[in-house]
Amino acid sequence: MGNMVYLKNVATLSMDTTKCSGCGLCLDVCPHNVFKMNGKSAKIMDRDACMECGACSRNCPTGAISVQSGVGCAAAVINSLLGRNGGECCCGPQTDDSGAPRSGGCCG
Amino acid sequence: MEKNKKNLSLTDKFEFPVIQEQTSCGCGTSPAPNTVHTLPRLDQSFVSGSMTTPAGELPKVSSALTRHDRWGTIKARLGAGRMHYIVDPGLYALGHPDAQAPILVTANYKMSFDYLRQALAGRNVWILVLDTKGINVWCAAGKGTFGTKELIQRIETSGLKKVVDHRKLILPQLGAPGVAAHQVKQFTGFKVHYGPLRAADLTDYLDAGLKATNEMRIMAFPLKDRAVLIPLELLFTAKPFILVSLALLILSGILGQSGFQTNIFHDGLFAVGALACAILGGAVINPLLLPYIPGRAFSVKGLIIGLVIALGLIYLRGIDVQLWAGRAEALAWLLIIPAISAYLAMNFTGCSTYTSLSGVKKEMRFALPLEMTAGVLGLAVWITSLIMK
Repeated sequence: MGNMVYLKNVATLSMDTTKCSGCGLCLDVCPHNVFKMNGKSAKIMDRDACMECGACSRNCPTGAISVQSGVGCAAAVINSLLGRNGGECCCGPQTDDSGAPRSGGCCG
Repeated sequence: MEKNKKNLSLTDKFEFPVIQEQTSCGCGTSPAPNTVHTLPRLDQSFVSGSMTTPAGELPKVSSALTRHDRWGTIKARLGAGRMHYIVDPGLYALGHPDAQAPILVTANYKMSFDYLRQALAGRNVWILVLDTKGINVWCAAGKGTFGTKELIQRIETSGLKKVVDHRKLILPQLGAPGVAAHQVKQFTGFKVHYGPLRAADLTDYLDAGLKATNEMRIMAFPLKDRAVLIPLELLFTAKPFILVSLALLILSGILGQSGFQTNIFHDGLFAVGALACAILGGAVINPLLLPYIPGRAFSVKGLIIGLVIALGLIYLRGIDVQLWAGRAEALAWLLIIPAISAYLAMNFTGCSTYTSLSGVKKEMRFALPLEMTAGVLGLAVWITSLIMK
């Protein structure tokens, strides 16, 4: 599924490599292989693959990564425009995670 | 009061907003002492026994699902009662875990819990269930309920520290958006290890000494995962479909040039069929063929599907485009069907595993006004075509 790429040049992911401690946790948590190690620090390799889940920035112990995280869900955006459901998405249970999901979008 | 204060000082150190949980009943008595553990109930349907531990009597579960479990999964997939499909938060024993056994953390959505235990056949592990209000790991992590604060509190209230000697937790990778591993370590001493993305890889991950391969970390969106989402996609369209269908039937009956019933047979039923095809395009064909349909934006994919469907239907109906009424009707379907399937396809962004919020907003800025305009305009043209006939 390497061909499943969304819009180009929109992801808000950015990184200050001077703050990076090189722990590599961002490589572990990223579900889309966005980062790679470049010597002693990590770097962004594929920003367009980023889905802005925010796992990397939340787990970065030095605060080197920033991203405006959110759920890429049209229904949620519409709901928040209409002030419905607290702006939540309603597209169904992505169910099965636990170590584990096979899918994961948003849902309620 | 004492305890509330303590909680506040703890939460103040987090950079994200945390919901302050009610710690007392507000009836004037002091809150329960901190040492009391909240253990999951032993009489939940999937609990197969119990185990006496230093933290108390903990429920035991099996990795084999019962018919009851499977039926629950099917119902949840079809949208029935999925909001109340929960397990009690707290610590569970799978097999016969000892003080060295690994601890796996999950959400209290029953399906998440079932997927986890099913993947651990023959293993002896502890399962720590967080209170995510019955929402799966990924979604709960996004909302922050599968989060740092809940994990820290659940470690204390579950009695986990009395039950194990080690200080390692295995979290699902998809829980990472909600949990700051370094803060968990700082407050509880537990080191967070992010496990693989799919439960199926868990045993390999455990056997490799908590090491995941690159493939285990990547979120794909294969056909099977897309297909299981279709029933719910359809369910959400059922009510609008029925209402719009009724409106179309009545409009065609009243506005057509023949009798009410003849009009409904000639125009109304076709309109309902076209509507159904438009919905199938957006809610079924788009998920199934997602990677193969041209376009990056989902609404573009839906637009393409809709145009193909519209052209097919116009051909099948044998609309005579030599006549103005025929031209108007063809134009109406070329507007309405792509508008609906583009809208529904766009809504599938929420279920996909790779769309970013920035991308969805960018897509919606151009797609939503176009879809609405095309829909309204199409309806107007269709009404006109009825009158012209």
